[in-house]
Amino acid sequence: MKLQTGTSLALISVLEAAANPGRQISASDIADKYGVSIHHLAKVLRELGRTGIVEATRGVGGGYRFAGNAKRLTLMDVITQFEEIIARSPEAGGAAPSTDVGRALARVLTEIDETAKATFGSITIATMLKLIERERSPAGAPAAPRSAPDAAPEAATAALARSR
Amino acid sequence: MPVIDAHQTSRTTRRRRDGARGAAAAPPDLKIRAAHADDLAQVIALDARVTGIEKPDFFFELFHRYGTRGLQQRFFLVAESAGAIRGFILGDVRDWEFGSPPCGWVFGINVQPDARLGGIGTMLLHAICDNFRRARVTKVRTLLARDNSLVLSFFRSQGMMAAPVIPLEMDL
Repeated sequence: MKLQTGTSLALISVLEAAANPGRQISASDIADKYGVSIHHLAKVLRELGRTGIVEATRGVGGGYRFAGNAKRLTLMDVITQFEEIIARSPEAGGAAPSTDVGRALARVLTEIDETAKATFGSITIATMLKLIERERSPAGAPAAPRSAPDAAPEAATAALARSR
Repeated sequence: MPVIDAHQTSRTTRRRRDGARGAAAAPPDLKIRAAHADDLAQVIALDARVTGIEKPDFFFELFHRYGTRGLQQRFFLVAESAGAIRGFILGDVRDWEFGSPPCGWVFGINVQPDARLGGIGTMLLHAICDNFRRARVTKVRTLLARDNSLVLSFFRSQGMMAAPVIPLEMDL
C-alpha cells in the first residue's frame, strides 16, 4: 500500500506537532527536517488547520500547534482528510470484474485493503509517538507492556518518512 | 497467584498509574487478583453489559478450566474495588501451535464502561503479562475482530504490533 505524498506529509506534520504539544512548529522546520517541498507542506498544513487537527498562529513566532486528542485521533482520521481508502468489494472486481479470475483476485485484494484500514484505524497518534520513541531507543524497547504506557517524545523521528 | 495493589509504591506500579495520566484514576483500593467463584455473577453481568449476550455456561466452564486447574498456564484475573468487579482478563500459554514456540495468549478483556480510561485495562494486561513471564514465555498475542477498533487501539497503545500469523476461516 502506498500513501499519496500529501497524505504522508500530513501524517509527518501531525506527528511533529503532537510530539511538541506546547510548541509552534513552522512549515519550514518540517520541510527542512524531512527534505520536502515547503509549498506542498504549507498546503497540507492549511488543510489540517481547516479540519481542526492543528491550529495556526500568524505573525512572528507563529506556526502550527497540535489541536487534536492524541489518544483518540487515529492515523485513519488523518489519512481520510487527504485520500480515500476504500476496500474493494469482491463483487465489484478489479481489472476484469466480470470474470471469475477478476473476482477471485479482487477477493484477495479486499483482504489486503481491509487489513490496511483496520491497522490505520487502530493506531492513535499517541501510540505512534510511543512507536517513534521505541525506534529512537538504542536497542528498541521490548513490545511487552513492562514500561510506562505514556512516553512523551520531544520530536518525531523519520520513522514515518522511511515508510514512504 | 500474585495480587497487584493499585497503591503499591513500586516504581513499576507508579509508572503504570502514570500511564493513565489525564484520565479518571483507577479506584485507590483496586486490586488485580485471580478470579474466585463468587466473582462469576459480576463477570457474567459485565460481559453481558458490554457484548449484549449473557454467557453463564461459558464463564462457569471457563472458571472450571482457568480458575481452578492448570494455574501455571491458564489465567483468569479480575480487577476488584470495594467488592465490585471492574474488569477481567483471560489468557493462557499455548505450546507449539503450528510450530510456534510457547506463547501467551489473551483471549478476553473487559472493563466496566464507566470505569474505563483509568488504567484498569492496562493493569490487567500487565498482570497477565507478569504471569506469562513467570511461565517463561517471552511473547504475548491476541486475536480480535478487525472492526473492534476500541480494543485494537487499546492493545496497540500497549505496544502490540501485527503478529507474523494470519487468521483464516471458512464457512462450514
